[in-house]
Amino acid sequence: MKAFRSLAIAAVALTTLLAGCERPPVDMVQRGFRGTGMAQVYNPRTVDAQLALHQAPEAIPPAAPGGPAGSTIYQNVQVLGDLSVAEFTRTMVAMTAWVAPNEGCAYCHAGANFASDEKYAKVVARRMLQMTKHLNTDWKDHVAETGVTCYTCHRGQPVPAKIWFKDPGPKTAAGPAGTRAGQNAPADSVALSSLPFDPFTPFLKEESSIRVAGTTALPEGNRQSIKQTEWTYGLMMHFSDSLGVNCTYCHNSRAFSDWNQSPPQRATAWYGIRMVRDLNNAYLEPLGPTYPKERLGMTGDAPKANCSTCHQGAYKPLYGAAMAKDYPALHGAAPAKVAEKK
Amino acid sequence: MPEYQNIFTRVQVRAPAHPGVPLGRSTWVRQGDPFFVHLFGRFGDAQVGPFYLGWLGLASLLCGFIAIEIIGLNMWASVNWDPVQFVRQLPWLALEPPPPAYGLRLPPLNEGGWWLMAGFFLTCSILLWWLRMYRRARVLGMGTHVAWAFAAAIWLYLVLGFFRPVLMGSWGEAVPFGIFPHLDWTAAFSLRYGNLFYNPFHMLSIVFLYGSTLLFAMHGATILAVTRLGGEREIEQITDRGTASERAALFWRWTMGFNATMESIHRWAWWFAVLCPLTGGIGILLTGTAVDNWFLWAVKHGVAPPLPQVFPPVPDPAQLTMGVTQ
Repeated sequence: MKAFRSLAIAAVALTTLLAGCERPPVDMVQRGFRGTGMAQVYNPRTVDAQLALHQAPEAIPPAAPGGPAGSTIYQNVQVLGDLSVAEFTRTMVAMTAWVAPNEGCAYCHAGANFASDEKYAKVVARRMLQMTKHLNTDWKDHVAETGVTCYTCHRGQPVPAKIWFKDPGPKTAAGPAGTRAGQNAPADSVALSSLPFDPFTPFLKEESSIRVAGTTALPEGNRQSIKQTEWTYGLMMHFSDSLGVNCTYCHNSRAFSDWNQSPPQRATAWYGIRMVRDLNNAYLEPLGPTYPKERLGMTGDAPKANCSTCHQGAYKPLYGAAMAKDYPALHGAAPAKVAEKK
Repeated sequence: MPEYQNIFTRVQVRAPAHPGVPLGRSTWVRQGDPFFVHLFGRFGDAQVGPFYLGWLGLASLLCGFIAIEIIGLNMWASVNWDPVQFVRQLPWLALEPPPPAYGLRLPPLNEGGWWLMAGFFLTCSILLWWLRMYRRARVLGMGTHVAWAFAAAIWLYLVLGFFRPVLMGSWGEAVPFGIFPHLDWTAAFSLRYGNLFYNPFHMLSIVFLYGSTLLFAMHGATILAVTRLGGEREIEQITDRGTASERAALFWRWTMGFNATMESIHRWAWWFAVLCPLTGGIGILLTGTAVDNWFLWAVKHGVAPPLPQVFPPVPDPAQLTMGVTQ
């Protein structure tokens, strides 16, 4: 009896201890030199569970070539005016399926007057079209020839599931104690670590320095602090969590800062940071006044993008399905190129 | 009838309560009547008390209480005095050192001031406790080995929270008080200084850490294995080798050709344990003060071997795009 009780206590204790862990086995894929820990770890059950989320929808059959330009038939067509009527209609149908499949045309268009800009959603959608063109044309360093469509972020929802706002952090007590110093809360943004919970504002909106590691063996004036490193580390946790990869997807295991030994994905990610920063500053934040209050964040800022917005847990959004190539509307020079690449 | 087992045993060997040797001249006396707790007997000696507090003990406990209070109340305030959230989020909560901008100046209370104060009282508490440990050993006519082993741990603590921040000129370099936060700090420390695993003193520290566990396991196992031959009298057998000692020695000579003695094994264990924080502390102290990137240091000195290039070379995009240094 006593032995049984001890066993029961041990079993409960062990279960409690391991309750937060993923069940083994996991799959390991080596992708660097042997013995250096350059491996990707995948949990096949997690991958299975996310499989449906990362499937691209079938392309709509191509429109018949020729025909008059959409702008000659429809009013107030500012971005897609040079498409043929057939292609224009096809694009609208695709956008509805990608963004507002349940709400339909009326999500953006006010009543019978499709030309009206009365609904804010239509103004936002127009800007998003410009943004998508800009992305597919000017940010090939990150999106390559795959490009993006509305579906990459929206996945059938009017508001993408993964967006971010400035995060003032959890409420702390008034008075001279209990500051969180911008960290130490179990935050989703940094994969539930205790790292700074809003790494987006300094790095994906502002241009704070991400590089912290020393570039010389001996101290020669690098004054980056450990606290600063924690902010960078927070951003990296977001990367890892958003892409469903470990550090070694972009970094080599022995010298994270060394480009010579890094996997090429690191350069893609570098452009990704600049791309998202560009989108947030040139397209997303300026839409603030367009949105109704309920679409804004706690500090009144517009919803913004980070890695998760497109990737949603996959190393490539939709596992790299090339959706954008089927939609000419999403390519070409954006009418107003807003920001320099940096 | 219960049987004595030497790994998990239900038998508690209990002697009449022992009040301890006479104290000699002292303002304090041992207080309280000794009593027995069965549960304690399962882990160690069942006798509890009498206690000796003393001025040093009292002052140490008081300082420790203040430090824990400052840390705990700050953590509680950080969840807006919500007791449930305090418990739920406890592993994440922390009292952070000042932002680096303050350097070594005194920051406002809520920007690291509390951290400095907690650190001061915690340090006082630890040092007073060390002194108490040293004095108690002296009074009992013992050697002071335990106090010096504790001092090795205090060295590492002071390097992390005092010596290194002072040398770096910023309290912000120090460790936060918090469960996950101090672990994240540790990882960030390694990231900032180019991978701590290339720090030779870190390597030594790991050797002594793992070496300690190995020696502990070997010694503990050996003594348990010869208890039926009187092995628990290991200290007597330093000078008067009995059957247990002879067989234990023979066992190790058979299995690895060499054996420690009943005395030297304890010296080995003590040095391994003490050297772990001593070397670790040296490694931390050199980081940022003498070396900025341990990987590059290891390359420079031929410690890190060149590995075959697996990926096509990736130029740093910041070097390609002029004027961007992010």
